[in-house]
Amino acid sequence: MTFEMPQFALAAPEIWLGIMVCVVLIADLFDRGGEGRIAFLLTQLTLLVTVWLAFSTHWGGAAQITFNGMYVSDNLAAVLKAASAGLAAITIGYSRDYLRQRELLRGEFYLLVLIATLGMSVMASASSLLVLYMGLELLSLSLYALVAFNRESRVGSEAAMKYFVLGALSSGMLLYGMSMIYGSAGSLLLGDIMAAAAAGENRLLMAFGMTFALVGVAFKFGAAPFHMWIPDVYQGAPTAVTAFLGSAPKVAALALFLRLLAEGLGDLHDQWQIMAIILAVGSLAIGNLFALVQTNIKRMLGYSTVSHIGFLFLGLIAGSNEGYAAALFYAISYGIMAAGAFGMIILLSRRGFEAEMIDDMRGLNDRHSGFALVMLLLMFSMTGIPGTVGFYAKWMVLQSLVEAGLVWLAVLAVIFAVIGAFYYLRVLKAVYFDRDEAPAPLEAPLGPRVVIAANGGLVLLLGLFPDALIELCRAAFGL
Amino acid sequence: MFEGWPLLSLLVWLPIAGGVAVLAAGNGSAERARWTALAVAVGTLALAAALWVGFEAGVAGMQFEERVAWIRAFDIHYHLGVDGISMPLVVLTAFSTLLVVVAAWEVVRYKPAQYLAAFLIMEGIMIGVFSALDAILFYVFFEAMLIPMFLIIGIWGGPNRIYATLKFFLYTFLGSVMMLVALIYLRTQAGSFGIQDFYSLGLPVGIQTLVFLAFLAAFAVKVPMFPVHTWLPDAHVEAPTGGSVILAAITLKIGGYGFLRFSLPIAPEASLALDWLLIGLSLIAVVYVGLVAMVQTDLKKLIAYSSIAHMGFVTLGFFLIFRIVAAGGGRDGALLALEGGMVQMISHGFVSAAMFLCVGVLYDRMHTRRIADYGGVANRMPVFAGFFVLFAMANAGLPGTSGFVGEFMVILASFQAGFWYAAIAGLTLILGAAYSLWMIKRVVYGEVQNDEVAALEDVNRRELALLVVLTVVILYFGIHPAPLIDVMAPSLDALFGIVMSTL
Repeated sequence: MTFEMPQFALAAPEIWLGIMVCVVLIADLFDRGGEGRIAFLLTQLTLLVTVWLAFSTHWGGAAQITFNGMYVSDNLAAVLKAASAGLAAITIGYSRDYLRQRELLRGEFYLLVLIATLGMSVMASASSLLVLYMGLELLSLSLYALVAFNRESRVGSEAAMKYFVLGALSSGMLLYGMSMIYGSAGSLLLGDIMAAAAAGENRLLMAFGMTFALVGVAFKFGAAPFHMWIPDVYQGAPTAVTAFLGSAPKVAALALFLRLLAEGLGDLHDQWQIMAIILAVGSLAIGNLFALVQTNIKRMLGYSTVSHIGFLFLGLIAGSNEGYAAALFYAISYGIMAAGAFGMIILLSRRGFEAEMIDDMRGLNDRHSGFALVMLLLMFSMTGIPGTVGFYAKWMVLQSLVEAGLVWLAVLAVIFAVIGAFYYLRVLKAVYFDRDEAPAPLEAPLGPRVVIAANGGLVLLLGLFPDALIELCRAAFGL
Repeated sequence: MFEGWPLLSLLVWLPIAGGVAVLAAGNGSAERARWTALAVAVGTLALAAALWVGFEAGVAGMQFEERVAWIRAFDIHYHLGVDGISMPLVVLTAFSTLLVVVAAWEVVRYKPAQYLAAFLIMEGIMIGVFSALDAILFYVFFEAMLIPMFLIIGIWGGPNRIYATLKFFLYTFLGSVMMLVALIYLRTQAGSFGIQDFYSLGLPVGIQTLVFLAFLAAFAVKVPMFPVHTWLPDAHVEAPTGGSVILAAITLKIGGYGFLRFSLPIAPEASLALDWLLIGLSLIAVVYVGLVAMVQTDLKKLIAYSSIAHMGFVTLGFFLIFRIVAAGGGRDGALLALEGGMVQMISHGFVSAAMFLCVGVLYDRMHTRRIADYGGVANRMPVFAGFFVLFAMANAGLPGTSGFVGEFMVILASFQAGFWYAAIAGLTLILGAAYSLWMIKRVVYGEVQNDEVAALEDVNRRELALLVVLTVVILYFGIHPAPLIDVMAPSLDALFGIVMSTL
């Protein structure tokens, strides 16, 4: 076995994140009086630099593989890393005051977010089953701890427990599937697996492993029927954590799917396509129908996530690069919307009061018309109304379906989109049509206000000029 | 004079930017918001007038075209342009919005800046719908329209406004998403999203039928046609006056416009195969909905149902062309039907706006829409009563008003398709007169019914100005419709050629 020096420069984003994890850990030790200000600022700086590093390390040109074939640096990895770090930065922007008011403001919060982002980056660049799994666990373990961040809260502990048990189960499934894929291909490297799948060796065993792997991926996404943890975890976790959990890890889950199933097992597409269709349709149906009857807005957004995951899966089932690009666009734009929606809940919460119910949104237009406008944009974006980024996400997925000849799925998808419109409109009804007799003034601090304005502006800006993001997502797949 | 100007872009974006400006200006000062909104609306109407003046009437193709790459990966362009079909509708939009801004002047007290901004943004979006030549751009405007209308009905509407606005939104949303799938499918066949590239694709009839039904789902809800019309009375009744005016004057026209721009030229064989359905539904709208209008006890509901009946005439004219040709009516007969439908659309825009403004005038004073609460209004408001009677006559299709021209053209054309079409369509003249005049009798004439009516004051100068302007327009196009018909005839002729070329 020859040893060759790995090209460390290609892994610059991960190395940078790893170093900064240590720096934040130590810096926070010396910042006991500053309420985690240094950790917060350093984390934001780290995430923004990661976005820049992701593109500066690799953009354009052929994929480069290093670390003995275990690490790949390509356009897709760059987009995934930049998106997850960027989304993490947005959601962190909402967190500080919320955490302080609940006496949860500790440097560990930011540390865990950084480690989770590192895990996501590793997944994005994984070119071997082991690296993929390592990244996933790095992400998952940080998320379990984050969900349990409020030790005093019983719903929080319950949610964390549920998340941990189900998450461990799904990791087990995934690992079991990976072991069979390894058994049939004889290698952990995705490139070798791809070659083995194309050669048609041990096809039955490989399909068996692929099924378990898909179940594991579906768990991580929260696609029905593996969605049970989503509503409880979304509701139980501190909202600042839910905001993070609901946005960036969706991009990471997509990375998992793309690396493992689209790239490694792309030749088994005809096998996993039907399973993905079931997952997609089931998620659309369950997510939309259950969201209709929710009164808790975090829970409603949880079920709405399930329905969005269903839509995202529709992009994957075509098995074409156009479809994958559509799914990537969907994941990124959904991350932006979800960050904004949970950010709004954070902003409306006060010390000792969680704005968790849809009714808590009532009269928002009377209280602050700017916030109401942002909420309007976010909800219409989730519905998929043009003028917001959500429309192009849905449209690209539909486009890939129609081009693949699956018109009936496209029709089904839009019917569920109409059903889904109802519960988003219900939120807007509370915001605009219900009037609050004694409107409480909003007391959100400046920082989060700026972030929410930027978040809403991004939804509108990408809704008018989606071209750049579409080109980015297509370039990730060489289109 | 305006050559080289991006006139259409200005018409789309000036009101939208103006709406944002009104929101900014109205922060605390309603007065400033009103004047800003008025300035924007007047400016837009001036641009629309420039569009009319600069428009070359004899040309069938698109004018004032603008084309910029928008989404490169899918070859989608920001492509605007107007022909004789869309140009009058653009002008109508600018005109109606100005009416709404003036009509809202001191009447709307709850968040006037947001109210005016919503209408201005709506105006820009609607002009975008009429001038978009790229299917995705069209869809973007078509759907975005739902946002301001949803808010207008839901925030400033009547007691049952939330039910009405949700119904409005979900009905129209369901209709339009089907169209989106059809548009994406058409792109796979045509290779681009240009609307005109969709024409003459020569699709098999089975596919054409599906495409046609998808468009029907979108446009039939907007028109609205029987039996998907039930959202309109609810929305109208609960909407504020301005909302009703825009709904009746413009958004309904978008359905009719869609039939001309999409259904007929893209799926001509399916249109031919399914014309019995459209003609049947149109005739039901004319007769049955006309009868329904007669028994209404609510003023706005009555006018809403009469709108559905009048729009039935529009769709009747558009889809009778195949029968006219088959019966030997030839190109001239079919063109008469198409022109009749278009004139009816424009005229209905003015007449229904006038009717809703009149009801708004009454509602602002009495805060009731029940016909039974009125009676003898003429004794207290003689000037208003005169205008109201005139508009009701126009609604009934009295010769000399614009309402007559379109109906007469469609009936005349339908004679060439067959006697019974004309006979059934002709019933509208009786029904329209019946419900309009009976309503007038109960509201305007007779003895003063109660103390509230006795306390009524006649129209003020602002209201009078609105009514006079509308009267002038309605009478002008009633007596001299030629300028309108000259503008649209070449484009309709070209459209007819496209429809017939593949049959």
